[in-house]
Amino acid sequence: MLNTKTMIAALCAGAVVSCVTLQMTKADPVTDELVIDGKKMITHAKPPEGHPLDVVRSGWLYREPDTRSLEADSFENPGMLFVSKGEQIWNKVEGTAGKSCASCHHDAAKSMKGVGAKYPVWDAKTKRPIDVELQIDKCRVEQMGAPAYKFDDGNQRALTTYIKYQSLGMPVHVDLSKGDMKAWWQKGKDVYYTRFGQLNLSCASCHEENNGKHIRADHLSQGNVNGFPTYRLNTTGMVSVQNRFRGCIRDTRAEIPKAFSDELMALELYVTWRGTGLSVETPAVRQ
Amino acid sequence: MHGARFILAAATLSVGLLAATGQMFGGGQAFAAGEAAATGQVVPPQDVKIKDNAVMASLTGKPGDVAAGRKYFVDKKLGNCLACHADKDLSKQLFHGNVGPTLDNVASRWKPEQLRAILVNAKAVFGPQTVMPGFYSLEVGKNVRKDLVGKTILSADQVEGIVAYLSTLK
Repeated sequence: MLNTKTMIAALCAGAVVSCVTLQMTKADPVTDELVIDGKKMITHAKPPEGHPLDVVRSGWLYREPDTRSLEADSFENPGMLFVSKGEQIWNKVEGTAGKSCASCHHDAAKSMKGVGAKYPVWDAKTKRPIDVELQIDKCRVEQMGAPAYKFDDGNQRALTTYIKYQSLGMPVHVDLSKGDMKAWWQKGKDVYYTRFGQLNLSCASCHEENNGKHIRADHLSQGNVNGFPTYRLNTTGMVSVQNRFRGCIRDTRAEIPKAFSDELMALELYVTWRGTGLSVETPAVRQ
Repeated sequence: MHGARFILAAATLSVGLLAATGQMFGGGQAFAAGEAAATGQVVPPQDVKIKDNAVMASLTGKPGDVAAGRKYFVDKKLGNCLACHADKDLSKQLFHGNVGPTLDNVASRWKPEQLRAILVNAKAVFGPQTVMPGFYSLEVGKNVRKDLVGKTILSADQVEGIVAYLSTLK
């Protein structure tokens, strides 16, 4: 079913993307409902205790109508191609142990349901939080006898997209009670409010203090990460959350931290927490 | 004293503005960059003094070039001012941001020496929470890209150009 659907989606994707026009409105985020495959997404949530904003909002509410409708229709959503690619990787045997993901985890629709909503989780072995990408690497190295993915390898992005997609609609909730998660949350918060680079900007400068406003054509969202990996129309591919963080920090004219560094893992944990209660929207569509 | 200030500053500021804001030299601002203005040297960023929300003298010792300043203002690699500010004078450019206030009539709200101070280091004028970068300041964020360490976003000449351009928006 998925394959047929995504094949047709592949044919349509090019046409759809080329039709997307840049529209400029200075309006507040919309209040539309996001329904994907008959499932109502939670795009407004009550913030967890200690959250600085009154309402937690999905980035979908800040996008243009064309972009919003692309995400709302999984038949047209170009990100679904990568879900399909991820499914193939899930079933592909790799490494010296002769295993695929499916060898141990079987049907991802059952075994991976909820995973995308709860990561990053505490990893007792490395004593740090790990995200889905690092969990995949852990499995590959420890269980499959396969090498860890190079950061942002196309297969890493597709498999992460596929795994997170199994939690579509489920509310984001990270468990801060395990290990040193609270300390990492605090570290991530510190990073969030740190001004970086020659432009002297923090995450909060745009996504907390100015969400709802425009930087040129870009309608600033709250910067929640519940839709990652996200299909971006301007690069026509999946963008990982660590890539997005690196891009933002680069744009402040700062040295770019390494992917999965302590700094960026802490930030991923903290920013994921800021989106608590929103539905997992992977693969979201953004401009 | 008041008269001497007027003459020194008049050499450094756009004439049109002076006519409109004859009273602008009250308030006892010091000429932090006065010496450079007299000698025509560029004031390095660490020597620019913002007093009473103003930098009285040109950073280059010369008035800025309005036409060049308009280009620096738009240039995404220089001022990139439209990222955050709207400006009717540049309505042919698409997508003006609204993170900061509109710059329509900005010269009616701020004197040139105040615009200069805001451009140099907005945080010294509006406080540390201000989002606007300091365009001629070395008070920057963490981990500045290595090739930009010790450098400012704009040169003194570019700041003066933008001050001159903004001073035409009445």
